[in-house]
Amino acid sequence: MSWYEKLWPSRIRTEARGKRGVPEGLWQKCPACQSVLYRPELERNLEVCSKCGHHMRIGARRRLDIFLDEGDRVEIGEELAPVDKLRFRDIKKYKDRLAAAQKETGEKDAMVVVRGHLLGRPLVTAAFEFRFMGGSMGSVVGERFVRGVETAMSEGIPLVCFSASGGARMQEALFSLMQMAKTSAALARLSKAGIPFISVLTDPTMGGVSASLAMLGDIIIAEPKALIGFAGPRVIEQTVRETLPEGFQRSEFLLEHGAIDMIVDRRQMRDRIATLLGMLHERPPAEIASEVEAV
Amino acid sequence: MNPEFLDFEQPIAELKVKIDELRLVDNDNDINLGEEIEKLEKKVDALTQSIFSKLAPWQIAQLARHPRRPYTLDYVGYLFSDFQELAGDRAFADDPAIVGGLARFRGRPVMVIGHQKGRDTKEKVRRNFGMPRPEGYRKALRLMKMAERFSLPVATFIDTPGAYPGIGAEERGQSEAIARNLLEMSKLRVPIVCMVIGEGGSGGALAIGVGDHVMMLQYSTYSVISPEGCASILWKSAEKAPEAAEALGITSDRLQALGLIDEVVPEPAGGAHRSPRVMAERLGASLSKALDTLSAVSLDDLLERRYKKLMDYSALH
Repeated sequence: MSWYEKLWPSRIRTEARGKRGVPEGLWQKCPACQSVLYRPELERNLEVCSKCGHHMRIGARRRLDIFLDEGDRVEIGEELAPVDKLRFRDIKKYKDRLAAAQKETGEKDAMVVVRGHLLGRPLVTAAFEFRFMGGSMGSVVGERFVRGVETAMSEGIPLVCFSASGGARMQEALFSLMQMAKTSAALARLSKAGIPFISVLTDPTMGGVSASLAMLGDIIIAEPKALIGFAGPRVIEQTVRETLPEGFQRSEFLLEHGAIDMIVDRRQMRDRIATLLGMLHERPPAEIASEVEAV
Repeated sequence: MNPEFLDFEQPIAELKVKIDELRLVDNDNDINLGEEIEKLEKKVDALTQSIFSKLAPWQIAQLARHPRRPYTLDYVGYLFSDFQELAGDRAFADDPAIVGGLARFRGRPVMVIGHQKGRDTKEKVRRNFGMPRPEGYRKALRLMKMAERFSLPVATFIDTPGAYPGIGAEERGQSEAIARNLLEMSKLRVPIVCMVIGEGGSGGALAIGVGDHVMMLQYSTYSVISPEGCASILWKSAEKAPEAAEALGITSDRLQALGLIDEVVPEPAGGAHRSPRVMAERLGASLSKALDTLSAVSLDDLLERRYKKLMDYSALH
């Protein structure tokens, strides 16, 4: 800010700056192809660029909204809130980071779990909120995910999870690391109960989330061009001291290397997952069990 | 500076130099310096005790990474007999950053698995500084499944800076390999004892660290991210690693207080590398006790307990 701007009252300064930009919300630039997109059109297109097909990041609520049938949704573990047990403090306090993230996103933590329906079929769906501290997994994320698994098991309905996470949450230290073991153990039980788990990897799915629940789907789906991996590209570059190949750690790279089953466009996600679940889980096990008993 | 000693141990190093000098004089001369030497040795003990009684987490991290610290195969040598190393993941390669095999521990056969660092430069490179690639974790899983088939308890030694962040490792599914081990270990139908003997580096450590009894050597560390990594992300400077080490609570006493590990095995004065044999004896005693306790529990109860323990890992209450 130059010296004469400082002389203006702050209200005028803000207004002056606002006028320079595009009217807010009506137009949005695609970060991939730079096309200027009409916001209502983009929304109808589920935040996928109509010019280049780039899948923009979307929040947990929006994700659940566009994936599940309307109405009849019950949130699971909504009451859980993060606790700063370690009194973690870097250049900011963890408590303050939490408060800021909560204010920005309106969420208590980085995952929302909902029992709802997909094309009439009941299921549990979990979605990471990337804007909440990079979708990092701490105790609340781990516990909510496990409760989602438990609901899926007790009701005999499938589980779908949309990942978007930088990994384990550093501010909860080893507690976060242990959420990897916790969520994986719960999935072991779900698998034993014969209930399908479909893991959908969205941009980005890295670190401790990638190295636990996200890679344990019976079927693993990725959105196009999502960054997916264990170590971050910068860390790898620093370690191996060479430039990473084009498209490294993107969905297409993972498909080619056999790490995932398929890449699905966001606009086809509902239909494709419904089709898959229809075959994997034609009827809920409870129904089958009661029939067996009747015979 | 004496490279045998870490920077905070230099006062001890200086005294030791003095003692060595006196010893030389003592041997050459008729003058009896025994009394003086004895006095200085007592001083060394007292100084060691005083320095080691108030180590900062970052200093403990240095000890955990000490180049002379005993590694997995050292403990295997001290504690086990008939060690038969088993190699390979049967799919891609053998990863020397993880060793495993059958061995007898006080007579009973067990499956031993551990990260392995190298001692000299050549071996360090061959062992990739103890940073496994996916095939290492898949070998570990293969051996664990074998242990399950033949009802052998599993003992794991954890000592890694982390899973290797390399191009090939990513191509071959580092994430999946770690995730799969977490899932399988949670339901493996044999007792699992995990021992953190040096660095417990994040997912790369946990991938052989899910078990019924988790112990840490006193000066080992266990962390979700290295102090340097955490510092460069949150403080924007790797030089803040000492602060990060403090904040992350990576030390055995802190983790035990938080209920995240089950047992701390005390180290000899000056750390495990000063008296590896003493360290091995203590670790052996703890391992023996853990195996006895766990073997007495029915498998169903054991798995139920393991599951409950995993579910209870939470900072929420």
